[in-house]
Amino acid sequence: MNKLTLEVTETQQLSPLVKRFRFEHPDGSALPLFSGGAHITVEMPEGELIRRNSYSLVSDPYDGSGYEIAVRREDTGRGGSRYMHEKVSEGDLITVSAPKNLFQLDLRAKKHILIAGGIGITPFLSQLRQLDLAQAPFELHYAARSRKEAAGLAMLPEAAHIHIHISEEGKRMDLGEILDGQPLGTHVYTCGPDGLIKAVADQAARLNWPTSSVHSEAFTAPPPGEPFEVTIASTGQKVRVKADQSLLEALEAAGIEIDYSCRGGACGRCETSVTSCEGRILHHDHWLSDDERAEQTKIMPCMSRFKGTRLELDL
Amino acid sequence: MSMTEFSPSIESRPTYAPLTSHGAAPAIMVADAAGAAALADLAASDSSVMDKAHVVLVAPTAEGPSQIQSLRPLAVHVTPDLDAAGPMLKQLLGTARMGTQLFLAGSEGLMGHMSALATAEGLPLDAIQMEHRGTIARRMQCVHCKGITDNVTTDPFTCSHCGLTLFVRDHFSRRLGAFQGVCVDAETPGVVPDSVEIRP
Amino acid sequence: MTFQFNEETFRGDYTYFNSPAAVQRFPFPFDQDSYMYSVNIERHPGGPKGSPFEFAFDVDEHYVSEMKDREITLAEDPMRCQSLPHMELAGWDLLELIMVSKARDYPDLFTLTRDGNQWHWINKPLGIDKKFTFLDPTTLPCGPMEYITRQAQGDFALLHEREGNLWLDAGMITSQADWSLDFDVGMNFFEWHAPVPKARKMGVFDKALKFLLAVDQEQSYRRLNWTMTVNPRLDTSPENYHKWGPEKRTITPENVGAKQFLRVELQTFWRLPRSNALAFPIRCYLCSLQDLATVPKWGRRLHRVLRDIDPDLADYKGFAVNQETIVSYLSQFDDGAPTSAGIFPD
Repeated sequence: MNKLTLEVTETQQLSPLVKRFRFEHPDGSALPLFSGGAHITVEMPEGELIRRNSYSLVSDPYDGSGYEIAVRREDTGRGGSRYMHEKVSEGDLITVSAPKNLFQLDLRAKKHILIAGGIGITPFLSQLRQLDLAQAPFELHYAARSRKEAAGLAMLPEAAHIHIHISEEGKRMDLGEILDGQPLGTHVYTCGPDGLIKAVADQAARLNWPTSSVHSEAFTAPPPGEPFEVTIASTGQKVRVKADQSLLEALEAAGIEIDYSCRGGACGRCETSVTSCEGRILHHDHWLSDDERAEQTKIMPCMSRFKGTRLELDL
Repeated sequence: MSMTEFSPSIESRPTYAPLTSHGAAPAIMVADAAGAAALADLAASDSSVMDKAHVVLVAPTAEGPSQIQSLRPLAVHVTPDLDAAGPMLKQLLGTARMGTQLFLAGSEGLMGHMSALATAEGLPLDAIQMEHRGTIARRMQCVHCKGITDNVTTDPFTCSHCGLTLFVRDHFSRRLGAFQGVCVDAETPGVVPDSVEIRP
Repeated sequence: MTFQFNEETFRGDYTYFNSPAAVQRFPFPFDQDSYMYSVNIERHPGGPKGSPFEFAFDVDEHYVSEMKDREITLAEDPMRCQSLPHMELAGWDLLELIMVSKARDYPDLFTLTRDGNQWHWINKPLGIDKKFTFLDPTTLPCGPMEYITRQAQGDFALLHEREGNLWLDAGMITSQADWSLDFDVGMNFFEWHAPVPKARKMGVFDKALKFLLAVDQEQSYRRLNWTMTVNPRLDTSPENYHKWGPEKRTITPENVGAKQFLRVELQTFWRLPRSNALAFPIRCYLCSLQDLATVPKWGRRLHRVLRDIDPDLADYKGFAVNQETIVSYLSQFDDGAPTSAGIFPD
């Protein structure tokens, strides 16, 4: 995992719950550029705990002078976003990963339709700039409950092909109208709550869109939950997972190295086999299939938790 | 005649399955004389599949057009050969919208050629269904001169452009819609194995 | 850099040669006395000073002549370089990667001056001095991938990621081990490798794809692959198989040491920043059996590897017809002594 230590050079409250952060290299050197839709993983050390959350980059992908992210405060989360909001201020040093992209544009598309719900606007902000530079046809639809909560408004340019749907103002997004009659070779991308992603996929399926033209990104921060314990099959070691810690974080804290990338249940990199399970795995990822979940022989430690008497991992 | 059973092959060789209906979605169908029967079977499974279908028939039998007409598609277009079917398909795709299904039925040459053309126009691969019917003749690209030889039924065969003797590989290029033919006597010029009929 | 560029040919009279220093730094691919497919991947760049692993893009004594050979191949068959329309951005990424790396690693040979998107590139060995606008293809004589790969040794494939697979959507392929870019362009990872025997069944490509998809920016890797070629020929394309094929049958016990070459591919993997595409450079190194045998460890080991190899692999790698002659020639260098681990000379 390639890491960068950067300085927080700007913070800005975009809405009551969303804060923007800008990171730059302390000696001013250029950061690796990235592609639209990329994210970085941010380390948040607190005492003995290191939490790591992934956030989409919202800045210009071709501008290496800094990285920007927008973080929504999740008060019921396990503390990562709260840490960002309360503990991180200008001048601090922060460790982030090099950019990675699990939500890239399909550059073959004749047209791109971007659909964002709430904080799901973030990956599209860098994609917009890439599409503008490529002069590729696109339209963006951004749905939010109220203008006050719509942090994306401050970051979106005004343009004819950018459509804002504020449900409080009675302007709900009509997915049928958006998707119907689009030219051959159109791709649709959705980021937002699971319900929105499912609604877009369902609507596209009703219109007979091939699944290869329908993309989504749903990764969220790992949820907190009740503490539990896992057993490492190779050593017999027991690892305790705290309420505000993910299984992946607990394994890392115990010195057990696991490959990871998104830390949001989307990329599949940390998939781990389960050798014994007496209880129920609480799957929170978007990676395993329904069948795989039911079998309880695999777990995504970045997101999922466990309730029961014994969970043994093939590590 | 029913769907052809092919022997298992390598990953790049296309596989074919019976056409299945997506209901009354906009559709383009291209079939040769043998493939027309697959369209008839498709319509028999769900007649609504024809409601918004443009059918392109390539060198059909004398009764072909009227048989397809009786399935009540939106329109039937008859073309004498694949070369004429290409521009027709292109024109239909030009006005098509997302959700349009492409059904191809008949020889591997037809399906390879038409699917290559359709993907080049932006149609995603998973919007294309193919069912093999009739001849197992292959459309071959000569890797040396790049010329296409249609209706190849023997292995090896003679490239109709450069005259080299080529063996028939299962390696298939979707972009070209053709199998690969490679000089069979490259290392030992003139030593050519006996020609045999290709097998499914 | 203290080397001189060789005056040599890779066709016709085949005057290609390795200096003694080039033999010593040859990327010998076998780290033990037997061979089976493996993914054998390690981080790149990085390796002993002077080795072909030291820098991102190795430049050696063959550079100028290899670029001339590529020019001849492209003049005869421009389809050896193809880029599907959506791959232009990846071409710019590749151009940047190569120019920045070469200017950093070989400052005596290459310089790059950048002022925003106004770039000035000087390639001394090839006598190129070019000012152009980055990301503006009208300021280059050809596409960005073609432009830079006419100045970089080895073949280059650019892979587009989608649907959980990698698609071979662009490439400059003039020194390939018997596969056709024109035929394979647009294929996914499994289709492109379909003709390779056994590997799919062994799950090698599933693992390799999984690995490649996980290659991140700022984290590149390499592996070695190999085959055998009669005569130091770069263009062993299927396109020209009928032209070079007869040469394969000219091996005799007398000439095998000089005419039979071990062909090693140094494959590297890079995640490109703007396009998120993967660059897959495939650098080819050639060394005759008699030159290899000047390193005693390599002479012994090559004999054992080629003697004991799976017959299907000997066939796939195209040397089955000459295997007996090769193995019998190499046996004189194998005294049965044990060999040390790893690929480097003792």
